[in-house]
Order: sequence, then C-alpha cells, then structure tokens
Amino acid sequence: MLRTIIAAHLFALAALGFALGAQAQTIKIAILGPMSFVQGEHHWNGAEMARDEINKEGGINVGGKRMRVELVRADTNEIQSVPDATNAVERVITRDKVDFLIGGFRSEAVLAMQEVAMDYKKLFLGVGAAHSKLGLNVEQNYERYKYWFRVAPTKDVDLARTLFAVLGSIGQQIRTDLKTDTPKVAILAEKAVWTEGLVAAAQKNLPALKMEVVGLWQPSAVATDVTAELSAIDRSGAHIVFTMLSGPVGISVGRQMGERNMKAVAWGINVEGQKEEFWQAAAGKAQFVSTLDTYAEVEYTPKTIAFVKAYQARFKKAPTYTAATYDAIMILKDAIEKQGSTNADKIVAHIEKIEHTGTGAIATFDKRHDLVWAVGKTSGIAVQWQDGKKVPFWPPNVKGMQPFKMPAR
Amino acid sequence: MFQDILVTGLVNGGVYALLAIGFSLIFGVARIVNIAHTAFYMLAAYCFYMLLVKTGLGFLLAGLISVGAVTLLSVICYRLVIEPVREHEAAVLIATIALALIFQELMLYTFGGHFLGIPSTLEGAVRFLGVSIPYQRLLILVVAGAMLVLVWFVLYRTRLGLAIRATANDLEVANLMGMNVHRVAMATVAISVSLAAVAGVVVAPVFVVDPFMWLAPLVTMLAIVVLGGLGSLKGSLIGALIIGYVEAITVFAVPAGAYLKGAVALLIMVIVLLARPEGLFGIAFEEER
Repeated sequence: MLRTIIAAHLFALAALGFALGAQAQTIKIAILGPMSFVQGEHHWNGAEMARDEINKEGGINVGGKRMRVELVRADTNEIQSVPDATNAVERVITRDKVDFLIGGFRSEAVLAMQEVAMDYKKLFLGVGAAHSKLGLNVEQNYERYKYWFRVAPTKDVDLARTLFAVLGSIGQQIRTDLKTDTPKVAILAEKAVWTEGLVAAAQKNLPALKMEVVGLWQPSAVATDVTAELSAIDRSGAHIVFTMLSGPVGISVGRQMGERNMKAVAWGINVEGQKEEFWQAAAGKAQFVSTLDTYAEVEYTPKTIAFVKAYQARFKKAPTYTAATYDAIMILKDAIEKQGSTNADKIVAHIEKIEHTGTGAIATFDKRHDLVWAVGKTSGIAVQWQDGKKVPFWPPNVKGMQPFKMPAR
Repeated sequence: MFQDILVTGLVNGGVYALLAIGFSLIFGVARIVNIAHTAFYMLAAYCFYMLLVKTGLGFLLAGLISVGAVTLLSVICYRLVIEPVREHEAAVLIATIALALIFQELMLYTFGGHFLGIPSTLEGAVRFLGVSIPYQRLLILVVAGAMLVLVWFVLYRTRLGLAIRATANDLEVANLMGMNVHRVAMATVAISVSLAAVAGVVVAPVFVVDPFMWLAPLVTMLAIVVLGGLGSLKGSLIGALIIGYVEAITVFAVPAGAYLKGAVALLIMVIVLLARPEGLFGIAFEEER
C-alpha cells in the first residue's frame, strides 16, 4: 500500500515536471480584443492563422531551441467598458503569465491598457487603435513606453493623409463625369475625439483641393437615424459625403442614403463599412458607399492575396484590419529569431530597425513606434461597395484595382 | 428647408409615436414602471430577424409569430418577476432593469455584438414636397395611427379598458370592488408589450438590430410620455411629434450640433415640465379619471 502511494506521488511529480517543462517550451501571447464583436473576432482569427503556421513549422527558433506559440484569448470588452479592458490585461500578465501582448481596438481603452503593459514592461503590439497619443507617449517618455508599437492601422494624422489623397482622386472623377469645376463636399463626422482633427483638416484643406464644403453634420456615433442629416445634405446639392464614422451610425448612413436614392457618393472612414457583414446590416442598400480599408484580393504586398484567400477559406469571410494580429505575430517571430531571445529590450531594439513585409503593410517604424506612412506600403486601400461586394479602387498603381463608380444622375 | 423640417419631423415623430404608445399604456396608464419595455422591442426585432432572414418565413407570418412569442414571454416574466413585487414601485423598477439587462446579455451571447439589418417590408421611396420618404417610414406612420386608435378603443370602449383605468387609479379600491387586479395588470403588460413587439417588427427595418438597441429609445420614450402627460395617449402622440420636430429643427438649424438633437429634445421636455409639471395633457386625464 505504502509503495503504491509513493509510486503515485513520484508519478505525479514526474507529470508535473513534464508539464512545467512543456510550458517552458511555449511562447505565450495574449490576444486582446472585444471578443463578442467583429473586431475581436478578427483579432483572434488572424492570430490563430499565424500560430498554426508557426507551430506547423515546429515553432519559433529561439537561439537554436524550438518554442511553440500558445495564444491566450483575452476578452477586453473594451467597446462597453474601459475598466474591463485593463482588468483583462492585468489578468493575462499576472495569472496567465503571458510573454507578449497583441491587439486592442478602442483608443480610450488601448491608452489605459498601454499603461498597465508598460508598468510590467511587457511588449505590446497594437492592432486596432489609431489615436496619436499612443505613439506620442513613446516619444515623450521613451524609457517607459518603448515596449509599445503600433502595427495597424496608421495613426489618425496619417489616416487623414490617405483620406485626402483618395478624395482628390474622386473629386477629379466628378469633375470629369459631371462637368463641374468645384465638387461640393458635405462633411458627415460622428461627434468624437478622433474626428476633431480630421474635421478641422478637411475644412482647411478641401478649398485648397478646389472643393466646396457645403456643411458639417455631426451625429452621435450611436445614432440609429440620420434621415434629418441626409435630408439636409441632399438639399445642399453635395456630390460627395465625406464620412468619418466608427460606430453603428455608419450602417444607418449607408442604408438611409440608399433608401433615399441619394445622388451623392459616400467616401471616408466608415469602420462598419469595412466589415463583410455591412451589406447585410444595411439591408443591401449601401450601394457605392466607400471606405478606407486594409485587406482585399489585390497585390498590396506580395503576401496580401494569399493571406486573404487563406482567411476566407478558413473563416468564410474576408479579414478586417484587426486581423493584422497575423502580421504582429510574424514581426515578433522575426525579432525573436534574429535576436535568439525573448527578452523584451532586445526585441524592441530589433523592431525599431525592421522592415517587415506583412499581409496588410510593408512596415517600418518611426521614433514614436508608429508605422511610417507611405502610399502603397502602409496607407491601406480604398474600397467601394458595388452590388454586395467590396471592390478595391485605390491606390491605382496596385495590381487588381477596379473602377470607382458614381450613382446614376 | 421648411418643407424638409415639416416632412422629416412628421415621419420621425411617427416612428417615436409607435414606440411610445405601448410605453404610455404601461407607464402612463397602468403605472407599472417597466424599464424592460424597450428590451421587449429589441427581442421582437431579433425574433423577426431570425424568422424572416434566417428561416425565410414571409413578412406577415414572421411578424405575427414574433409579436405572439414576445407577448407570451412578457406574461411569463410578469408572473415570475413583476407580480411578486408589484406593490413596490422601486422593486418593479429594479426588477425590470435586471430583466432588460438579462435580455441584452442573452442576445449578446447568442448573436454577438454584430449589427444586423432587416429588409424593408415595403421597398422604394416617394418624393413629397421635394423630400424623399421611404415607403417603410410611411408604413410606420400608418401602423402608429392604427395602434393609437386600437389602444384608445380598448381603453375607452371595452370593459377591459375600464378595468385597466380603474386599477391604475386605485389598486385597492379596484380590488375591493371585486376586480382581479393581478389579471388586469397582466393583461395590461401583455397589451403593452405586444405594442412594443409590433414596433420592433415595423420600426426595426429602418434601424439596426443589436443587443443595445433598447437603450436609446427608452430615454426618448420616457421623455415623450412625461412630456405628453402621464396616462394621456393623445399627449404621447403630440409628445412624439414635438420630439420629432425639435430634432429635425436642431439638425437643420445647427448641422454641426446634430449630435445634440436628443439633448435639445430633453431640454424642451424639462422646460415644459417646469411650466406644467403634469405634462401637456396630464390634467385632462386626471379630471377624466
């Protein structure tokens, strides 16, 4: 009996030792996102693709030793609650003992999560939030914030540069098609911190682009009805509705523009319009709505088409920009393998000098650890909804782009 | 601009009126503070979406089943949650808040935070005074009018309506007079929630279906019912139109302040209440009672 008990204990100790040994062979990465929402879903999907690809090849080579990638799914619930997001980060660091953090979506929440990550000196690769402050922190207090990098999207100021570049292109098409010298633009921006700089820039720059601003309408980000706004825009004779929308109001705008048979075309940021589910959510009415986006079956980078096809085959939907968790993990893999270490300081030094060809961007980082903006490298693409499909139309020099269409007049 | 305000305010007021009628009945007439009222509206919208979009049932059948199922659920909820605490208004308030949050979380768990779209029952739009109006919004106006007449008829031309009004006026006296007050309250909840469900089926196609869609209308409905005067259906209709017009005027007069339209509407409500604490039609109803 005694021998049996001793044998059982020895077996348990051996099993524990084996388990601890196995744990040491993995690199734990927390994927942070609002998992009940589309953004979090794509965070996770992109990360799963990277994990499976790396583990299929035997894992990440850390100084000659192969370590498998283990993902920890962290539901930040950040769309509803910022405290939930910081709690999630605290939990994965202290309880799950993760090595790295990837993800985040809502700027307010990511700013708070950034603080927790920096407290623990954990490398945090942001995939989702655009607010400039995240990068500004790195510039102003490098020693504390150097563990932060923004892998996607570009910061808000650079998003504006892309928006105006595309707007100029659409304006030119309107001049040609409608024989007008000065296209009329209605600015429709949800009332939020992230749109303030963009609105000011639009009001200042559009006259320089020989466009007339006919007005500024600012509904709430969660407005479900914009008929009054659209009625006023219709009356203004606008050719372009320049949108800056991140909330569900983007669906209302798309749908209600279609229901009213508006002749103006919508271009700008419409986060809901980037999602595969947008057409259904807008009840098939969002014809010609266009938005800034990241992924399409075009040769944006040499890896884009293969990634989009593999993603669609696996998840039965196209990736949104938060699926760039795939690129974040690949950047991490590259840095760990080149440095032969998982030491955060060594990895930071490597990523600062990296030029990584990912699936959504060819990434290099500036002193703020933000992506260096360049058309065709990190600017993203522009897409337009045409008959239920997202059709990419900008930048024109990328292979696979199709014509931008205007509503019939 | 005048015709835009005229038409937009009327159409949006119609949407609010349809949502407000049921709330007016439960909150204003029966004095049951059912915060879950708009959560039932949300459930009906989800039910309609599932039956129409996922299972392919027709508009009419999907609509009828949705209204029936949600009404039945409301009766069950009344028996289990509201009835045991019916005499304590604060307890009813808290219990129905809990109920609404449970419904919200259940929908979030089942459908995720995805925004869903329901096809319009009537496609197309008509131009009136140079303003484009989708047929679906005209349908809402018609249904709102029909529901208003129906509720008025039930309240003022039937024995059930008399019982509802009597119970609301004085629960104890109604009980002493031999009325089954619990059954009357249950009937009131059922009628009220069926109106919310009708709103879910008819209004949801012009909005977006998501687990949080019940919150914004709840505040607007409270404002409309209080503005119009507790218990007055006519007041609710006029309150809905006022809110619709105030919002339209705000958007047209101050485009960059369009996000303030809800706040301006609530401010108008506060001003009216300061001048007439009983609401626009509150006294008439009290006297009538």
